[in-house]
Amino acid sequence: MMSGGAANFLEVGRMDELARLDSPVHRLDARAQAITTIVFILVVMSFPRYAVSALMPLFVYPVALIAAGNLPVGVLLRKLAVAAPFALFVGIFNPLLDHHVVTRVGSFPVTGGWLSFFSIMVRFLLTVSAALILVSCTGINRLCAGMERMGMPRVFAIQILFLYRYFFVVGDEGLRMKRSVEIRCAGSRKLGFRVYGHLIGQLLLRAMDRAQRIYRAMVARGFDGEIRLMEPTRAGWREAVFVGGWTALFLATRIWNVADGLGGWLTRSGL
Amino acid sequence: MSHHVVEVKDLAFAYPDGTEALRGVSFRITHGECVAVIGGNGAGKSTLLQHLNGYLMPERGDVRVGDFSLTRETAPMVRRSVGMVFQDPDDQLFMPTVFDDVAFGPLNIGLSAGEVEERAMAALERVGMAHLRGRPPYKLSAGEKRAVAIATVLSGLPDVLVMDEPSSNLDPRGRRRLIELLRTFEHTRIIATHDLELVVEICPRVILLDHGQVMADGATVEILGDEALMLRHGLEKPHSLRHRHPH
Repeated sequence: MMSGGAANFLEVGRMDELARLDSPVHRLDARAQAITTIVFILVVMSFPRYAVSALMPLFVYPVALIAAGNLPVGVLLRKLAVAAPFALFVGIFNPLLDHHVVTRVGSFPVTGGWLSFFSIMVRFLLTVSAALILVSCTGINRLCAGMERMGMPRVFAIQILFLYRYFFVVGDEGLRMKRSVEIRCAGSRKLGFRVYGHLIGQLLLRAMDRAQRIYRAMVARGFDGEIRLMEPTRAGWREAVFVGGWTALFLATRIWNVADGLGGWLTRSGL
Repeated sequence: MSHHVVEVKDLAFAYPDGTEALRGVSFRITHGECVAVIGGNGAGKSTLLQHLNGYLMPERGDVRVGDFSLTRETAPMVRRSVGMVFQDPDDQLFMPTVFDDVAFGPLNIGLSAGEVEERAMAALERVGMAHLRGRPPYKLSAGEKRAVAIATVLSGLPDVLVMDEPSSNLDPRGRRRLIELLRTFEHTRIIATHDLELVVEICPRVILLDHGQVMADGATVEILGDEALMLRHGLEKPHSLRHRHPH
């Protein structure tokens, strides 16, 4: 019955709790934050494959939002760590495949493979942290409602909403099953493939049942597919400044290599 | 106010796997009545409850709530007048905070922010949980969860309250609070439960189901006091009725 343990493990509540904080960032309209995040991700993705130093100035965005939004860095880092293996696998073969030397750090030759690998990791850090910050500053309900207002088809908005809710439902069921397996396999870790097959099948069925019951509870209280919110969404000059300012900054970093430029300026002026 | 009548006529339902869960159930519950639906596991209680707010549609027979006969078209209206409290509050509480959860129903009717706030707080105060408004539901105790789940339904101002095992997982004090709370409601109440002592305390009338049929429908003291009948349907005569002698 208790879902507390599992919820803590996945920290589902943490993201929702963060979304309820009050800060200048949290008070912004969800649409403004969504647009800025999308622009940010597009800009990060548009950099050439060997870009590393040119990406660095973009860290100002997540850092500024974490500071202004009073977000706990530890929680976000833990979530990044959960997703990191995926990025690692995407980039890990680059150093093996691309031996072409692009630059040198001191006397060390740096191959294109390593450079593109680091580039992938930096992009991963930037984009995933931006997405996490977006959810922790708006909350999934406000975010989906905002996206719908911007013209995203309602079906998609609801899909995202349920995907987010049910992700934790599945995790919850999975954790309970893990517990019951641990209790009965008495310390031995050798479970055959067949057992895992059954477990995964069970997990799917259970999660579907539970999702069904939650959906039923929503319908019972008049849910008809429209996400309704207490505070009306409104966008004013704050939102315009937020979107405009950040977009200008992102584009500037994309056009000029700020890090190189700054370095060059510092060495030239003899500092 | 006769429009809060719940009337079920010859209701039958079979699940896709062929299990006949209900085989011709009929009863009529009038305004303000508090009725317990009892029966062993698999007797058809949950299936019956799922028909009362239009989650399942009758295969045969008719379910009438107030002025509406249950169909796909009338289901939204029926749901507005029937408040359903689920067995597991974790299924019912899905919003980030207690307040959001209680406000979910009123928001869906399209009320203004002020009215939503008013209704949600009134419902929370009714169950004594107003102080928890900002808390995330999954951090509450079982008793608090149950009370908040009831508030989520009360905020929709239903005429009929349907509850599935409301006292399950509650400690004795939580259960006592629940009983006192249910006693104060003036809604038509339909409670499916195995907690027969709770039935004795708050429900003057009982409907006994077995094998998808109504086996008995009448005064609680008579049905629950009939030891042979109770045993026949996988139940027991509650302890509190053992030493009572009807004259």
